[in-house]
Parts: sequence; C-alpha cells; structure tokens
Amino acid sequence: MKELLRLRPYLARYRASYLWGTLFVLLTNIFTLLAPLVLKRAVDDLRAGALAFPLAAYAAALLGLALVQAVFRFLMRRIMIGASRRIEYDLRNDLFDHLQRLSPAFYERNRTGDLMARATNDLNAVRMFLGPAIMYLANTFFTFAFGLALMISIDLRLTLLSLLPFPFLSIVVNRLGKAMHIRFERIQEQYADLTAHVQENLSGIRVVKAFVREKDEIERFRRLNLEFIRRNMDLVKVWGLFFPVMSFLTGIALVIVLWVGGLRVVGGGLTLGGFVAFTSYLAMLAWPAIALGWVLNLVQRGAASMGRIGAILDEKPAIVSGEGRDAPPVRGALRFENVSLGTNGTAILSNINLSMPEGSVTAVVGPIGSGKTSLVRLIPRLLDPTGGRLLLDGVPLADLPLERLRGAIGYVPQETFLFSLTVAENIRYGAPDLSDEDLARVARLARIDEDAKLFPNGYDTVVGERGVLLSGGQKQRIALARALARGPRILVLDDALSAVDLRTEEEILEGLRAFREGRTTVIVSHRVSAVRDADRIVVLEGGRIAEEGTHAELAAREGPYARIHRKQLLSRKLEEID
Amino acid sequence: MSAELPILPEEEIVRKKLDWELLKRLLRYLRPYRGSVVLSVALLIVLSGLALVGPYLTKIAIDRAIAAEGIARAERVRILARMGLLFLLVLALEFSLRYAQVWITQLIGQKVQYDLRMEIFAHLEKMSLRFFSKNPVGRLLTRVTSDIEALNELFTAGVVEIFGDVFLLAGIVTAMLLLDARLALTLFAVLPFLFAASLVFRLKVRDAFRDVRTRVAKMNAYLQESLVGMQVIQLFGAEGRSFARFDDRNRDHLLAHLRTVFYFAVFFPVIEVIGAAAVALLVWKGGSEVLEGTVTFGALAAFLQYTAQFFRPIRDLSEKYNILQGAMASSERIFDLLDTEPEIRAPEHPARPGPLREAIRFENVSFAYDGGDPVLRDIDLTVRRGERVALVGATGSGKSTLVTLLGRFYDVGAGAIRIDGVDLRSMDPGDLRRRIGTVLQDVFLFSGTVDRNIRLGDESIPRERMVEAARIANAERFIERLPGGYDHLLRERGAGLSAGEKQLLAFSRALAADPEIFVLDEATSNIDSETEALIQKALERILAERTSLVVAHRLSTIRNVDRIVVLHRGRIREEGTHEELLAAGGIYKTLVDLEYRNGG
Repeated sequence: MKELLRLRPYLARYRASYLWGTLFVLLTNIFTLLAPLVLKRAVDDLRAGALAFPLAAYAAALLGLALVQAVFRFLMRRIMIGASRRIEYDLRNDLFDHLQRLSPAFYERNRTGDLMARATNDLNAVRMFLGPAIMYLANTFFTFAFGLALMISIDLRLTLLSLLPFPFLSIVVNRLGKAMHIRFERIQEQYADLTAHVQENLSGIRVVKAFVREKDEIERFRRLNLEFIRRNMDLVKVWGLFFPVMSFLTGIALVIVLWVGGLRVVGGGLTLGGFVAFTSYLAMLAWPAIALGWVLNLVQRGAASMGRIGAILDEKPAIVSGEGRDAPPVRGALRFENVSLGTNGTAILSNINLSMPEGSVTAVVGPIGSGKTSLVRLIPRLLDPTGGRLLLDGVPLADLPLERLRGAIGYVPQETFLFSLTVAENIRYGAPDLSDEDLARVARLARIDEDAKLFPNGYDTVVGERGVLLSGGQKQRIALARALARGPRILVLDDALSAVDLRTEEEILEGLRAFREGRTTVIVSHRVSAVRDADRIVVLEGGRIAEEGTHAELAAREGPYARIHRKQLLSRKLEEID
Repeated sequence: MSAELPILPEEEIVRKKLDWELLKRLLRYLRPYRGSVVLSVALLIVLSGLALVGPYLTKIAIDRAIAAEGIARAERVRILARMGLLFLLVLALEFSLRYAQVWITQLIGQKVQYDLRMEIFAHLEKMSLRFFSKNPVGRLLTRVTSDIEALNELFTAGVVEIFGDVFLLAGIVTAMLLLDARLALTLFAVLPFLFAASLVFRLKVRDAFRDVRTRVAKMNAYLQESLVGMQVIQLFGAEGRSFARFDDRNRDHLLAHLRTVFYFAVFFPVIEVIGAAAVALLVWKGGSEVLEGTVTFGALAAFLQYTAQFFRPIRDLSEKYNILQGAMASSERIFDLLDTEPEIRAPEHPARPGPLREAIRFENVSFAYDGGDPVLRDIDLTVRRGERVALVGATGSGKSTLVTLLGRFYDVGAGAIRIDGVDLRSMDPGDLRRRIGTVLQDVFLFSGTVDRNIRLGDESIPRERMVEAARIANAERFIERLPGGYDHLLRERGAGLSAGEKQLLAFSRALAADPEIFVLDEATSNIDSETEALIQKALERILAERTSLVVAHRLSTIRNVDRIVVLHRGRIREEGTHEELLAAGGIYKTLVDLEYRNGG
C-alpha cells in the first residue's frame, strides 16, 4: 500500500475537491437516509387512520428530499470523480515529461509496448483508486454510520439480525472480484497466443503454403481456440455467480426483515411504518456493502500499478546536462580523445582518436557493424563513451549544457523518423521560427521541393497513414531538410541518403557544398560517391580505425577503401545496362 | 443502485444501420445450438416470473400476518413462517436458475465465436499470396479478433437477453395491473420520464464515449510516436514543444472524460428522483386508497418493490440497439472476407503426374504483379530431371519471382509452366508444392521448438528423418548445442539465432519433407565465415541429389550447378556454364566481379 503514498502531493493539490466531495457525500447520505423516516410516519399515520399532515405533504416531502439529495449526489460525483480525472491528467503529464528526460539507453532496455501499458492500463488503475474507490469508501462509511444509527433507533435487534448477510456480501464481492481478475488475465494470455498464431500464419503464409501445412495449422488454431473458450467459460463460472449471489444475499436480508420484523410487528415491538422503513434501509445499504468489496480490489490494483509507474519515475536520466556556464558560441571543432565504447564486455569502439577542425568534412566508411553509427551518436551525446572523451571547441562535451550542444548539431539519423505532422512542421521540428523563405530554401537544398509540389496539400500535407505515404527517399530528404533548418554548426549525416537514388544524392551533395562552407560535417555512407570529396575519410573495421586519409591517398593504397571503391564502380556499370 | 462497475469502454463502433439480411445470416450461426437457445429463453421466462413472486409474498405476509388484525396471533406467526420459507425457496431457485441461464447463454456465445473464428481462419489459409499482398496482416487480424468479439455481445447480451427484459417488463406491468389497476395506471405516469431519461442518457453517453475513444486513440498514438521517436525529440531539443503537444491531447482527453462524468453525475440522481417520484405517487394516491379501503398495505408494499424492479430492464433495452449496430459493421466486414473467393484453387479433377521423368518447362512465361510493370517477359527455360540451374542477376531482375511461379503462388500472366508436359494449373497446388522443397530468402521461423520448425508439425515425418535432414543440412551441430536440442524453444521469429543458423534450419526443413525438386532463394545477408562454410558443404550435398532451381548470390553456390541463367530486367540475357559466361564477358562477368564473393 505504501506505493500509494506517492500520490500524496497530487491529493494535496486537490485537497479542496476531496474535502468538498466528502462533505457532499455526507449531505447526500443524510438526505437519502431521511426518506424512509418520512415513509415510516406516513405508513404509521395511515395505519392509525389519523393523518398528522395531508398525504400530499408526505409525498412532497419525499420528492423534496430526493431533489436535495440529487443535487448533492450530482456535486459529489462531479467533484470527486472530476478530481481523479484531473490527477490522472497531471500524472500523465508528469510521466510524459519524465520520459522525455530519459536517454536512448533506457528506450533500448524497455519495450515501447510496456511503456505504453504503464501510461494507459496502470494509470487507469491508479485513477480508479483516486476516483471511485475513494468516493465509494467515503460513501460506504457514511451510509453505514447513519443508516445503522437510524435503524438502531427503530429496532436494535432487527438491525443486527438483518445486517447479518452484509459482511458476506462484501467478502463475496471481494473474493469474486479477485478470482475474476485472475481468470481474466488468463484469458488475455490465451488471447495473445491466439492472436500470435494468426499473425504468424499470415506473416509466414508463404512457408505454410510451400510446405502444404494448412490443415495442420488449422488444427493448431482449433486447439488454441478451444482453450480460449474454455478459459472464457472459466471466467463465466465465477462472473456468472456475481449478480445471482448479490441478489441472493440481499434477498436473504429482506427475508429476515420480513420474517423477524414481521414477528416484531405482530408482537407489538415495531410499527408497520418501522417495518417498511427497514426494508427501504436494507435496499439502500446493499450497494455500499457491495462497493466495499469492490473498492478493496481497486485499492490493491491501484497500489500495484502505482508501483510500476513509480519505477519509471524513479529512473534517473543516464545522460546529464553539463552546467550552464556562459560559454562562447559553438564554433564546431570536434576532437575524439582515445574514445572507447563498450556494452556488456563487447567493445563497439576502441581507442578512437580523431580531430575534426571547424569547417572540415569527415567521412566515415566501413562494413556493417564496424561502429560507424555509434561513433556519430557520441557527438550529440545520444551515447556517452565508456572511455576517453570528446571535446567541442576544446570543452569536454560532458561540461556543456545539452541544449547548447544539441542546438548546434543538425543530425540526420540512419533510420528516418518523421512525426505524423505536416511536411512543414516536420521540417521546422527543430527550428519552429523558420521563415517560409528559409523553409523553401532548405527544402530545395534537400531536393524535396519538387516532391512537395506534388503532395495533396503541398508542405501542409500530413505525413504518414492519415496523409501521404512517402517513399523512403522522400522521408530521408525531409529529415535532411529538418536538420538543415537549424542552421547547425555541425552537420551529421548518418547514411542519410541510402534510399535516395544515386543521381539525386549527387545533386544534393553538390547543392550542400555552399551550405557546408564553414560548418563541420560528418558523413557516414556506403557510397564512395558521397565521401570522395571529404577532407578526410576514416575507414572503420571492428570498432577501430583501419585507415584514414583523402580519397586519392586511400584509393591508391590497396586497402579496404580501395576494394569498396572498385565494387561501386562496377555496380554503376551494371545499372547502365538495359 | 448506481454503479460504475458495469460500464466498460466499448469497442470502436462504426455506425451502421440495421440490415436484416446480415442479421439473418448471423442468426444462422445459432442454428446448431437451437436447443440451448430455447432452453435459455425458457429459463428467462421462468426467471421473470420468479422475480414477481417476492413482492407478492411480501404483500401476503403484510396483509395476512403483519398488518392483519382480528386473526389469531399463532395463525399470523404461522403465515409469516410459511411466507419466509417460500421466499427463501424462491431466492434459492432464482439463484440457481439465473446462474444456469447465464452459463448457457455465455456458452452459446462462446461456441458461435469459436465456429466463426475457425471458419475465418480456415478461409484465410486458403487465400493466395496476391490476397495477402493487398491486405495488411493487421487488418486481417482484427477479423479474427475484435470483429468476432463485437458479435459475441450480440449473441449473448443481444439476442437472448432482449427476451428477458421484455418478459420482465410485461410481467411487472401485468402484476401491477392485477393488484390495483387504478394505482398501476397512476404509477405508469413516471414511465415516459424514465424512458426519456434513459434514452437521452444513452445517446449522450454514447456520443461522449465516442469522443473519449477517439481522444484516447489520439493521445496514445501521440505517446507511442513520441516513445518511438524520442531520439529525434531530444536531438532537436523539441522536448518543450513536444510536451505542449502532448498536453493538448491529454487535456482534450480530460475534457471528454469530464463530459462523461457530468452525464453520469446527472443521470444517476435523475433516475433516483424519478424513483422517488414514483414512491411519492404511491404514498399520495395509494395512501388515499388505503384510507378508502380499496387497497391494502401489502399491495402498497408490493407496488414499492415492483417499482424498484422496473428500472433495470428499461435501461438495458435502450442499450440493445447500440449492440445491434456495432455487430452490423463487424459482421459486414467478416462476411466480406468469407465471400472473397481464393484465387488459386485446385481444379475439380486435378492431374496427378507421377515422379518427374523428363523436365520442368517455362514456356514463354510473362508475369506482372497487380497492375505493375512486367517483372518477367517471355521466359523460356527448361530444367531437366536431375539438372541444377542457377538464376543470377541484379536486384529486381525477376529471379525470385521466377521461382515463386514454380510453386504456383501466383499464376503466370501469359505462357505456361509444365512439369513433364502437365500444366501447373491443372494440378492440385498442394500436390505440386509437396514435390518441391523450398528455402526462401528470408527464413521465416515459427515460435515453437526447433522440431516444430523443421517438421512444421508434420507427424508423418519420422523423427529419424528430421535428424537426418538436420545432419545433411549441417544444422545438427548447432541444434545439439542448444539447451533441449530439438525441443529447444525458439524465441519470437528465431531471435537469438544468427542469420546463418536460420538458413541451416530452413535447409533442414526443406530436406525433412524429402522433396523431388529443390528450390532455393539464397539469402543475401552477411553470414559469419564459419557458418558460411557449413552452408556451402550442406548445399553441395543437397544439390547433388535433386533437380534444383537456385537463385544464387554466392560464387561457391554457382560452382555447384550445371547451368547458369542470367536474368536482367525480366528477360533471360545469358545462359551457360560459369566458364563460358565469364569468357563471354557480358553481364555475368560484371555481376561476378561486383558481388559474388568466394566463401565470404
């Protein structure tokens, strides 16, 4: 339960709502529970044949109490459930804010699906605690406190006897609720298996057909399907009891009043009016007793969920911003000093020493898995090295405010990720104040301007499923424009044009020539054509620098670079045959 | 009794008008369970009757015992005891019958669900590749999952329970009229209000919930997108703007919820006020009738209880229409799928040619995927029995398509493919595919054991043959290193296995079926040199024994074949042995120089 203590600051923020809400719970109950007393008086008067007030007055009193009660009940629900929704909102914002601070390493450890479950299912369980659970808890408390007092004032013994089934009601609801929860989860598991089987069959349909396994796969599906309905019926066994048990136990209480209460009336210890009032009270107490059992489950589930959410909130960002000293504007000279990077004992980069002077162009080439991407990810501190250090204009990166560092970098990642915003909004993603002219300029530089004209709404076309589906090359060019839009001191292109055809790539690189002037550029590429003009080419192999130099130097030296170069010339040749 | 308990967020409901044809077709699924449906409805009728008994017993107890004057006390006590026991009996009966009824109804729903799911899945297995290339997996998945669930509600909560509500209402109305027609008619004055309140609430809440659902979807979509693209957010220092966007969606979501909170907060008190109005009417009109002596105290008490029972069925009924509408949209999608004929089917009297005697012939074959440019043009190619032919060419030259056609996953656009002169289209595709052992470029592994992935669940393959196949395919060594060996559980899509190991598993799979013809679409991925050597040795053994068609990416693979066919832009451009083609210095030579490596 101590997990729920984390909610204290939130509850404190809405203290007034909860206090008012509780007050309205109290008032609702007072007015609700007064009604049977009116009924009692009316029946007793009728029985005696002497009306103290006209019948219409009793009727008006009943209606009046109901109206007042209704107003308070409205306020109670509105305020208390409303507060829980507001806390949910705050909590979700806080969670999102915290998630934005966590480093890429966290996202590699945690699956998106799990994080989504925290922000949806778990948050909802916490909300159920904050809203219905607290409200019904207060309601049950007041209903029983007043209800019992009023019933006892009518007849103590009958009160005790008729309430006998109520504790069972709470217990049964609680137990059934728990059992239902467990069985429901088992259904969900089977459902996941069932779904996975279908998904797997659809994705692997070619194999299923090639090996003529259709019949066998259907048979497998039949077994999963059978187990699924078996588990569903398992739930029905418990769930089916829920409402019958509730009406059975409340019915028993009614029988007790009818029988024992009836005897009391016959014996003269209770008036007919008292008897009628009693039956009303029982009906009013049944729901709070049921709610109590349910609420206990909500509290438990809420605590478990809050624990899981808390685990994320306790997560410390692995990459911490440096102090915000008033450093001079970034110029763009980068230096790698003996940089190493390793995870779980495997070295990804070893002893990298590199200097990238301001305004220079450095190209990184090498086979898949040689560490090229890791190398450039160190620059905006998406990763921190495990050994050595990086310096920007002579200052260690760790000492720079992250905002300043990343603000100076235009980065085009290998895997293009665009948001489902408009093309213009995507390009302005890192530079919201970019003017329309500048937007057109960077779009032209990235050679996306011609394409944009063909989109249904030009630059205002939404990217993705709801809008236009872009080709891989178009996405990459938008991502490039997005990086250029920041007017960065350092431009990092991580295999950024792999889906763009050769000719367009060359045009883009040609066009960037002027833009690059004075800026530091790092290009990772598989294509020699993209790197040949670099001031320096670094060839990585197995996380180490295998060779470095200019294109002319490396091409002349029978090394790995020369081999790559030769292959690409050939593939050019093949493309020209038709 | 107000509760938030039973109100669960509904599935995405597409509005759809009632369609009687669809409904009739749906109800046909209930046919096998006619008996149970009848039983369930019968139970509902009995239960509606039982629900009326309790208040009536109360009436008798009050009139004959509790408020009865002038009757001997002992007699009154005896009547009370009798009523109390009867009441208990009714409660017990109601309890067991209600449980039985729920159980039977749910069982019917589950069984219909099961039947539908089987039918859809079996139908999907019959569809051809072209269908799957047009319909994304995710969309098809919802047919078997959420669409069927929407129907489940129709079969349980909808069709059957609707009887229960109607019977109960009719019963209460009759009971009241019988007890005291005048009082009953007076009381019915609250009914229009009750109906109206329920209806308005249902409509409002349905719209509000639809709002909630779309906003939840929007918020979660944004959240998911942000989680996936977090690196970009951070790289571009967009945390603040991204938070503002999230806050917008979160706030929209909050407001939509507050709206539903408002409706609930209004609805429950309103219902209670209507209930109180009914009670007030009873006290006022009923009270004066008591004074006149035309109605007893007992009848008044019974009226009170009947009034309380009135509310639930009225609220439920207004919900049923929603369920019907939701089911319409889902069933339409499901029937659309079931009505789609599979494109590639076995002819009525399939030809069953014996083992390959002579050759496989591609005769003037052309092919294009849906409306696209031709991928293959005028292909004439003969593969003789026992011959090993390699297909080579640049990406997009049509190699993979050619081998796909041999398994009749698509039908040729023009020309024909014949095995010993028999057109593939006159054969049962199953018979055809059983003769061909296929290894695809991307090895697809099922979640399950290694055994399951080699035999694919075919129990007719003896375990020894599977082990033998793994041995020939050089997969034995790595399989035995796995914990549990052949019973080792592979994780999702074979995560944890290297690309080379997956390739070896695929070889084993193809060999275990002991095919006559071997078709290999070689993987292009990087494979470590040790496994590469294992693959080459395995291939040597496999190809030595079978008629083979191989899409080759490795020089060492090409060395094992008798003839090489060079495809370029969908046409056969060169044909011959490795040496001949190299000497000719054409496309093949360039290809070899470019990408064929010798053993990694």
